[in-house]
Amino acid sequence: MSTASDQPRAGYFGPYGGQFVPETLMHALDQLATEFAAAMDDADFRAELDRCWRQIAGRPSEMYFARRLTERCGGAQLYLKREDMNHTGAHKINNTLGQALLTLRMGKQRVIAETGAGQHGVATATAAAVFGLDCDVYMGTEDMRRQRLNVLRMELLGARVIPVEIGQRTLKDATNQAMRDWMASCEQTHYILGSVCGPHPYPTMVREFQCCIGREARRQMLAAPGRLPDVIVACVGGGSNAAGIFAPMIDDDVRMVGVEAGGSGPALGKHAATLCLGAEGVLHGARSFVLQDDDGQTAPVHSISAGLDYPGVGPEHAEWKRSGRVTYTSVTDSQALGATLALSQTEGIIPALESAHAVAEAMRRAADMSGDEIILVNLSGRGDKDVTEIAEILERREQSEG
Amino acid sequence: MSIDNNRLVRTFSDLRQKGKSALLPFITAGYPDLDTTAALLAGFADRGVRVCELGVPFSDPIADGPVIQSSYTAALDAGITCEQIFKTVRRFRDATNPAPDGSALRSDLGTATCDLALLAMVSYSIVYRRGCERFCMDAAAAGFDGLIVPDLPLEEAGDFEPLAAEAGLCNVMLIAPTTPPERRYELARHSRGFIYFISVAGTTGERDKLPDETIAAVRELREHTDTPVCVGFGISRAQTVRTVCEVADGAIVGSAIVHRVTDNAGKPRDELVRTVGDFVGELLEPTR
Repeated sequence: MSTASDQPRAGYFGPYGGQFVPETLMHALDQLATEFAAAMDDADFRAELDRCWRQIAGRPSEMYFARRLTERCGGAQLYLKREDMNHTGAHKINNTLGQALLTLRMGKQRVIAETGAGQHGVATATAAAVFGLDCDVYMGTEDMRRQRLNVLRMELLGARVIPVEIGQRTLKDATNQAMRDWMASCEQTHYILGSVCGPHPYPTMVREFQCCIGREARRQMLAAPGRLPDVIVACVGGGSNAAGIFAPMIDDDVRMVGVEAGGSGPALGKHAATLCLGAEGVLHGARSFVLQDDDGQTAPVHSISAGLDYPGVGPEHAEWKRSGRVTYTSVTDSQALGATLALSQTEGIIPALESAHAVAEAMRRAADMSGDEIILVNLSGRGDKDVTEIAEILERREQSEG
Repeated sequence: MSIDNNRLVRTFSDLRQKGKSALLPFITAGYPDLDTTAALLAGFADRGVRVCELGVPFSDPIADGPVIQSSYTAALDAGITCEQIFKTVRRFRDATNPAPDGSALRSDLGTATCDLALLAMVSYSIVYRRGCERFCMDAAAAGFDGLIVPDLPLEEAGDFEPLAAEAGLCNVMLIAPTTPPERRYELARHSRGFIYFISVAGTTGERDKLPDETIAAVRELREHTDTPVCVGFGISRAQTVRTVCEVADGAIVGSAIVHRVTDNAGKPRDELVRTVGDFVGELLEPTR
């Protein structure tokens, strides 16, 4: 029996993490942490997860040398970890397959999820379809508008998309509604949280399910070009794709850069650069960095990319920032859009707007580095879902310039 | 400071001596405005309420249903801050406690002296941002007697408990229907003032009737603790208050009251206060 004072606190990364949730959820979190620990020690579970990653997600994902983009930047060699080639189009499937298997282990029949860009929602709906689970996905109506294609995909997959009309009608509000659902349903329902955020055990569990990215990338880099990269760059909203590629190489001599959404400027409300511009606080069950006003109220956020449009960040990233192990920076909407066009036209890859933030930062760094240095970009998702949104933005831009 | 002379502790010990239970109304601080909040408190006290909860509006209240969420959003849109809530409570205390020179603002609120025990229901996000120690000191100085921090579970409360106690505040802990038995007793040992027993798994909101298991569980818990037990979530009518008070020290009613504040928000303040007060009067009946 744990008490307030005589036990080490579970799920902390330095001073960050924890379980700041209503008592109603504590039993479900406890059950989840126990089941996750048991599963990770179970060779059969790991073998089944490997099979799912291979046969359903299509892993391993390719490691790709971006020759023409490298030439265009005129500096360091740019490599892309092709998570965009996974089934469903992003890294999110790595995690949802793992959590769906855990759901079965716990004997639960229903899953719920929050989604911003819709990638996590689609990946959850896919896993639910594969394993025959009931699936409800909470999504802000602003995001439903921006990511209509993904709404249709979720519905085709048999999931119910529940529109969230509260707050800014984006990812934070969808997360609130998913948590409220779980408060009432946790005995029969598993909440498949989509990032390395939230209360323990989610930050650890989601990182572990995403570590297949970094383990593969490490092996692939050592095979060809034959050494680890000098720098790894990944975008950070909640931070799951970044944690997945960073964690397996965290003890290697590799610089790491997390790229947040700089939005349209540094004023509170114009961006989602939580680690760069936020402060320590508590949101959605964890102590980490948050974007808040002086009274502790969550601030409005903005990003061109629905998946980065979130006022919090995973607690392990906060710890990596504190320790200096990872450098965090931000890229604006307009720079991300520029990188989207550059990658599309030099390599034939339309990146997700989220991943384009990492591409933009890599392009900026590459130009200042020498040709024998290597930057590895985690290309976390593909941009099919963003095409309509990008077209509208480009059209508006042309109109205002013309 | 210690909590031995805390108003909340004194109130429940007095109620137990008299063999009575309490009705604990919940209202959202600053909704629809701060003057109405002070007037509602005074009105409740006049009708015989001994303990009241003030909800501190929060942008992301995951334990709350639509009624309280909307009231929080409206209060925040109107610019309500923690500091303003503390000032309002201080003003309420000054107006209802006789000042040494006799020059109380009493006429302001049109109420007599009262000894209403006040709790703040506040998210840990807000407490943490202000600084735990500073929040406790400021809340105590304003005139609060206790805190309910619904997103600060036992595992995370170790540093907070002594800070609340040093400020003279009761830190009320919550027990949920999903809480296993052993953990209930542990929570009961840590809770100060009373134990908040959540009647149903889910968010706050009006419900017709409580699960039978809740009543049995409260009865069972009271055999294990001397700390008063109050039941909340889903209680919306006098009949349920009566059922709860047969086994518990108090019944907490939130959404049903806030709902009536919302329905009357456009009306003159004294009319709103009277209408909501009448409803609270009905809820009080079973506790008399």
